[in-house]
Amino acid sequence: MKDFILKRIASIVLPFICIYGFYVIFHGHVSPGGSFAGGIIVGLSFIAFSTIYGIEKGRKKLPEKVLVYAESYGTLWYGILGLVGIVKGVPFLANKLAGIDMGAPGALNSGGLISLIGIGVGIRVASTMVTLFFTMMEEEK
Amino acid sequence: MKLRVRNLIILVFVSVTIYGMLLMIAELPPYGMPDNPVHNEVSVRYINEALEETGVLNMVTSIVLDYRAYDTMFETIVLFTAVLAVVITVRASNGKEKGK
Repeated sequence: MKDFILKRIASIVLPFICIYGFYVIFHGHVSPGGSFAGGIIVGLSFIAFSTIYGIEKGRKKLPEKVLVYAESYGTLWYGILGLVGIVKGVPFLANKLAGIDMGAPGALNSGGLISLIGIGVGIRVASTMVTLFFTMMEEEK
Repeated sequence: MKLRVRNLIILVFVSVTIYGMLLMIAELPPYGMPDNPVHNEVSVRYINEALEETGVLNMVTSIVLDYRAYDTMFETIVLFTAVLAVVITVRASNGKEKGK
């Protein structure tokens, strides 16, 4: 698209949308929202960028290599955190049973493994959205 | 003639299945009643103990990422598989067109 106004407005608004998505991911355990919703918002900000500025510029922002790494290691991250329970001698994916400090409820570092898992799931969902979008747009050519 | 017999058998099977399903639906408890078996001690346990057991204020997150952690883990694997399938399918069809 070659619309001047649209591009200027997007350059002002989109960074805030992206940061808001990360805010929702990081605060998924203390406020409404969560990793799935936050991941969708982050992915949408990149999708909006590629729709407005063109698919090539969007691909430069998020190269294929980064997306592949986010895809595969986001999934692996969950399993690695689950192994913490096994190392401590309790069931897979155990949180409080594993003796992890829960912190004060409402603080950003509360919830033990939950916030860490949430970050992985959020990145995972965002990269899924962006990968699907890029792949579909590739087909159009 | 053969086709008709086969269609008749399929019709009988489908009718019996639908009849059985309708019988099961008739046995279901009325929707939204407080003494339904759905409203058991599990939800009460979540409401009362979620904060103490997980240290998380958002109860939905505590259920999704702690009590039901296995479910969410395989959900992310489902997402991974879906993306993999789409990428493989689209890339393969693109390559075929280029090869021609």
